[in-house]
Amino acid sequence: MILRIDNLVKHYGPVRAVDGLSLEIGQGEVLGLVGESGSGKSTVGKCVLRLTEPTSGSIELNGTDITHLSRRAMRPLRRDVHMVFQDPFSSLNPRFSIEQIVGEPLLRHKVCDRRETAGRVAAMLEKVGLRQEMRKRYPHELSGGQRQRVGLARALILEPKLVVADEPVSALDVSVQASVLNLITDLQRDMGFSCLFITHDLSVVEFLADRIAVMYLGRIVESGPTAEIFAQPRHPYTQALLSAAPVADPVRQRERRRIVLGGDVPSPVDPPAGCRFHTRCPLAYDECRSTEPALTDPRGAGHPAACHLVTADRVPDAAAPL
Amino acid sequence: MSLLEITDLRVGFRTEDGLVQAVRDISLTLDEGEILALCGESGCGKSVTAMSVPRLLPPDTTELSGSIKLDGRELTTLPESELRRVRGKTVSVVFQEPMTSLNPSFTVGYQIAEVLRRHEGLSRQGAAKRAEELLELVGIPAPGRRMKEYPHQLSGGMRQRVMIAIAVACSPRVLIADEPTTALDVTIQAGVLDVFRDLRDRLGTAIILITHDLGVVADIADRAVVMYAGRAVEQAPVAQLFAEPRHPYTLGLMKALPSAAVNGRLAEIPGMVPSPMSDPDECAFHDRCPRAQDDCRLSRPPLERQADRHLAACFHPGGGK
Repeated sequence: MILRIDNLVKHYGPVRAVDGLSLEIGQGEVLGLVGESGSGKSTVGKCVLRLTEPTSGSIELNGTDITHLSRRAMRPLRRDVHMVFQDPFSSLNPRFSIEQIVGEPLLRHKVCDRRETAGRVAAMLEKVGLRQEMRKRYPHELSGGQRQRVGLARALILEPKLVVADEPVSALDVSVQASVLNLITDLQRDMGFSCLFITHDLSVVEFLADRIAVMYLGRIVESGPTAEIFAQPRHPYTQALLSAAPVADPVRQRERRRIVLGGDVPSPVDPPAGCRFHTRCPLAYDECRSTEPALTDPRGAGHPAACHLVTADRVPDAAAPL
Repeated sequence: MSLLEITDLRVGFRTEDGLVQAVRDISLTLDEGEILALCGESGCGKSVTAMSVPRLLPPDTTELSGSIKLDGRELTTLPESELRRVRGKTVSVVFQEPMTSLNPSFTVGYQIAEVLRRHEGLSRQGAAKRAEELLELVGIPAPGRRMKEYPHQLSGGMRQRVMIAIAVACSPRVLIADEPTTALDVTIQAGVLDVFRDLRDRLGTAIILITHDLGVVADIADRAVVMYAGRAVEQAPVAQLFAEPRHPYTLGLMKALPSAAVNGRLAEIPGMVPSPMSDPDECAFHDRCPRAQDDCRLSRPPLERQADRHLAACFHPGGGK
């Protein structure tokens, strides 16, 4: 396992952003971590990079427990894990040229001297599809898509084992998004890094991820192989999420069964007792209000769900409440 | 006669670097009770086109020509004093970000009632009563209680519903919604789109929906205009547009969606949008277009009829997917 997160908890004061989350990512695997705003998905990414201190639980990177490593002890491990952010503009230093931005990790980790750095940067820029004359440019001179390519080049130049990508294509127009997604697919295949891909966009993870984990209010409610999740979502929340994303086909879209969830996402300061989803779940019954369901896999196929209604011989259907 | 008729609209903005031509010769119509989507990518001119109707554009730097007729009345030449009456009462707008468009220091109820008192001349009590009805209309539970709350106490979806309630307070003929669900979660988006559908069905409000999301277009619009570099490149009833896109840009957008991947790859649209400063006499899409031929570089294809109510601006239109 490249990444193993066990019972991760991260509270910001009273806000329970992540509240007992476990997941694993294997070598070369792309895990799509999906959730809506406030689900805690970005906080998971920040904990993995130690950009924020976990409250409890453990994070193992390539076999090393990094949960409580000091900054100094963490430093060599930073070569192995890098991040790509949503907004490539605010995450690139405006005073640095593209060459400096992409080469900076090499120099910081003293991987090679300046001459070799220049060569590696040139090779990396080519890999992400940026012309060599871009080296001397500055972030403000680039388009959104080009900046995201720079973000990828910087994240990948040390050939990390794990890339944490937080909504890397969400700010891009569709046509630009398509080319960046193709690029990420190619790079991942060539370089073989593992990836924690954080997004709210189901169609993006369907395209990119090997496995998907769905978050709701700080916990995973369902996870499994991508095709499985899309074909047979088990958790009522996943079913609602899939049914709510409109498909770009008016005939199909207008015939689809939609699950409209009542109410709003409850506050992570005071999550509901029992199942956290019960306040919006069309299938909720007494037990859901009192007992929190565990993430279990009674039906097998590496596809666990945290719902009392998922049993060995039954999967709930949120579109057909009793 | 259509409710709204826009003819040969051109909108440019004077900048230090010269004139940025955001909208170039747009003509479109909107019927009563129709939901028309203006779609396209950033900078295509979809918002500027729509905001030209209530003229919510910076007056000092905007150059606008062409005609915008609402119910037969020309809006482009209306003085500011009369425009103010049109805004809110006849044409109203819902913006993308409901937090920044609501005033944080007044209650939700006050902000809706204020519109009713100003435009409709209702009394304090009358306005409060109507405000509560409006909150109910847009699907806000316990409207009486919500009236007394401040914007920060509401979720994003609820705030957007309040914005819609304000926008429809004076029963406008035309509602312009600028990316109204883009900032919302997908499970919340579905409910807000239902509110628009409901307003159209119950009040007959005509809606111009500005969106980059083809899924939203497919879900709710009756007709759509696809814009590229300030021009309309295709216009059709939605079923027709998705079944038989004629313009290569429209087709490109549909194929670029992650859900349209073929063998693990997405169709890309190579190149970049041309600068809004230039206005060459050629098809603006030709250097990114797989169908481009010599004629595309020599003159600009006009928006021509392809089928019933289906227009496209292309010398080599496709016959479908």
